[in-house]
Amino acid sequence: MSGYVAIEVADVEKTFRLPRQQIHTLKELVLHPLRRTEHDELHALEGISFTVEAGEFFGIVGRNGSGKSTLLKCLAGIYHADSGRIRIAGRLAPFIELGVGFNPDLTARDNVIISAVMMGLTPRQARHRFDEIIDFAELREFLDLKLKNYSSGMQVRLAFAVMVQSDSDILLIDEVLAVGDAAFQQKCLDVFYRLREEGRTIVLVTHDMATAQRFCHRAMLLERGKIDLSGDPAHVARRYLELNFDHHPEATPPSTALPDTDASDSPDAEGRLERARILDVWVEDDAGHRVDSLGDGQRIHLHALVEACAPLEPPRILLWIESPEGTRVFGADSAVESPLASGEQVHMHVDLANPLAHNHYSIGCSLTPDGSQNDILAIEPKAASFMVYSTAVHHGLVLIDHNVELRRQPAPSEVASG
Amino acid sequence: MSAVAAPPPSQAPLAAPPPARDITGPSALGGGARRFANLTWMIASTDFRLTYFGSVLGYVWSLMRPVLTFGVMFLVFSRALKLGHGIRDYPVLLLLNIMLITYFQEATGASVTAVLNRESLVRKMHFPRMVIPLATVLTAAFNAVLNLFAVFIFLVAYGVNPRWSWLGLPLLLVLLTAFTCGVSMLLSSLYVRFRDVGQIWSVISQVLFYGSLVFFTIERIPGIGLRRLVLMNPIAATLQQARHWIVDSHAPSTAQAMGGGLWWMLPLGIGALVCVIGLLVFNHEAPRIAERL
Repeated sequence: MSGYVAIEVADVEKTFRLPRQQIHTLKELVLHPLRRTEHDELHALEGISFTVEAGEFFGIVGRNGSGKSTLLKCLAGIYHADSGRIRIAGRLAPFIELGVGFNPDLTARDNVIISAVMMGLTPRQARHRFDEIIDFAELREFLDLKLKNYSSGMQVRLAFAVMVQSDSDILLIDEVLAVGDAAFQQKCLDVFYRLREEGRTIVLVTHDMATAQRFCHRAMLLERGKIDLSGDPAHVARRYLELNFDHHPEATPPSTALPDTDASDSPDAEGRLERARILDVWVEDDAGHRVDSLGDGQRIHLHALVEACAPLEPPRILLWIESPEGTRVFGADSAVESPLASGEQVHMHVDLANPLAHNHYSIGCSLTPDGSQNDILAIEPKAASFMVYSTAVHHGLVLIDHNVELRRQPAPSEVASG
Repeated sequence: MSAVAAPPPSQAPLAAPPPARDITGPSALGGGARRFANLTWMIASTDFRLTYFGSVLGYVWSLMRPVLTFGVMFLVFSRALKLGHGIRDYPVLLLLNIMLITYFQEATGASVTAVLNRESLVRKMHFPRMVIPLATVLTAAFNAVLNLFAVFIFLVAYGVNPRWSWLGLPLLLVLLTAFTCGVSMLLSSLYVRFRDVGQIWSVISQVLFYGSLVFFTIERIPGIGLRRLVLMNPIAATLQQARHWIVDSHAPSTAQAMGGGLWWMLPLGIGALVCVIGLLVFNHEAPRIAERL
């Protein structure tokens, strides 16, 4: 990461005043000039504060009506926030959806130019980059086809290509991956990875938790216009599911039980004072020997050794297992109960049953201040790896204790003929 | 440490972070003059192309409307009502007037629903909102320029000799366009709030057509007081001046028709006032247009 704050949001509020009886016409206004309309106030956003660092992939998740799109519109400058402050460093893409401004009656050629200009390029720049855009979209043979004859996937491809070429440092994206065929979705994902590598800042609004967990370094959950939880996408996703399926959100107090950022894959900013170090991460078998492979069913012992480089408030340590596709299969965390002196070491040991299928896995470890959501003390996304081997055939990522029952039933034809 | 994968190298750190700026929500203008101009031009020329190249007869159709209006008006007012009696080059004057007021009517009529028609753009993209009414006027202006070419061909064919004063037309067009923009800003922002603006405007537009010296001339109006009243209307003033400069140099200019002095400043001032009001109203409404759609 480039180490500066790209988006800073402080105490943003947005209230919609919804008149109970709206005056829709000038006639009414003239006939009843003194009628006061009563308003219902809808607090779409309340006290929203967060920062996004440059190069971060930040997810905003939440249920319908939680205020996530409103927040995105405030960020983009489409809505005017009632109070609070939004600061942006870098070129901000002005749109929040792909293909804004596409005209179905024009050819792809024209649409590319128009939409590039809308995104802030000059017409000259737009024509200059035209070839790159078309090549990226792989639509060269359909250049002179009107957009209305494009499939929805082709349209997204074109829109995506323009976006990538639009030179914006900060992209705000509202649900993009819903359309497009599987191959193109894969391409979008590849682009996301590339954008991430290039250090572009992306804010993604989604309610697809898989996308959020897959891409976002950090995620934020909105619930009724307030930040419910912000931090590790996995935690946020879990909380989101709780909110969705458990209708007693009070029963699980937010933020207290669930920790922290770990922003997987993101190295600490260069030059930042090192406060803690992950010295070693390894795997042991039941006998206490270091191993790099385990048979299925053998218990897994994850170990981590960390060291405080400076006096440290009690940190929280997280260990996780990741599949080769980058899916976090398992994670466990615990907080040290008292502050650490400089040079003091902590050894963490997680002992778990092994439900993993035959595959190669990596182990990540992170250290965050307990209770803080925006700070990472140390992180090693792929600190160690191990292999799980098995002779049985696996049909999924993990083996879950299960029973199978098969019952024969006579064919209907036999019954009829008998 | 066993097999610690190095974190992926991030891009070379930027020399200095780009300067931070506040996001203050949408506005009427802002975002840089260049982007404003690019957007306005892009939207207007796209709309223009869509109407012209969308169908084979695109241009013919858009020319047909004023020409047909002209045909009917000519038959009714010139032949049946004899309004053109004694007026030099009446058919040419009528055609020119119709083309000019068609420009105004087309632009303002389209701008009523302009913001609403671009809803998806307004709700999903940050851009200076003023682009919308201005692009709508610009589209109509492209049309008007093409139509005026047809008028001049007709003019010469009819036997009117080209004069230096024809060069005054661009000035008149600029003034008319400024007035049109003012009205368009007013209409497009008010329509978002009040949906009867459309009906109200179509009535006013009709009244303007009949009250703006399109098919009758200032000589028909009795008394200097009434003439001044009619010429207070910026459109009437424009048409009167156009008649003087382009069709018939013996016809009084706007200033002469208003009785000399500084009276000619009145329509100019009213036009400017409408412009300012339109600008202020649009500017006031712009930040919340997206929410009210």
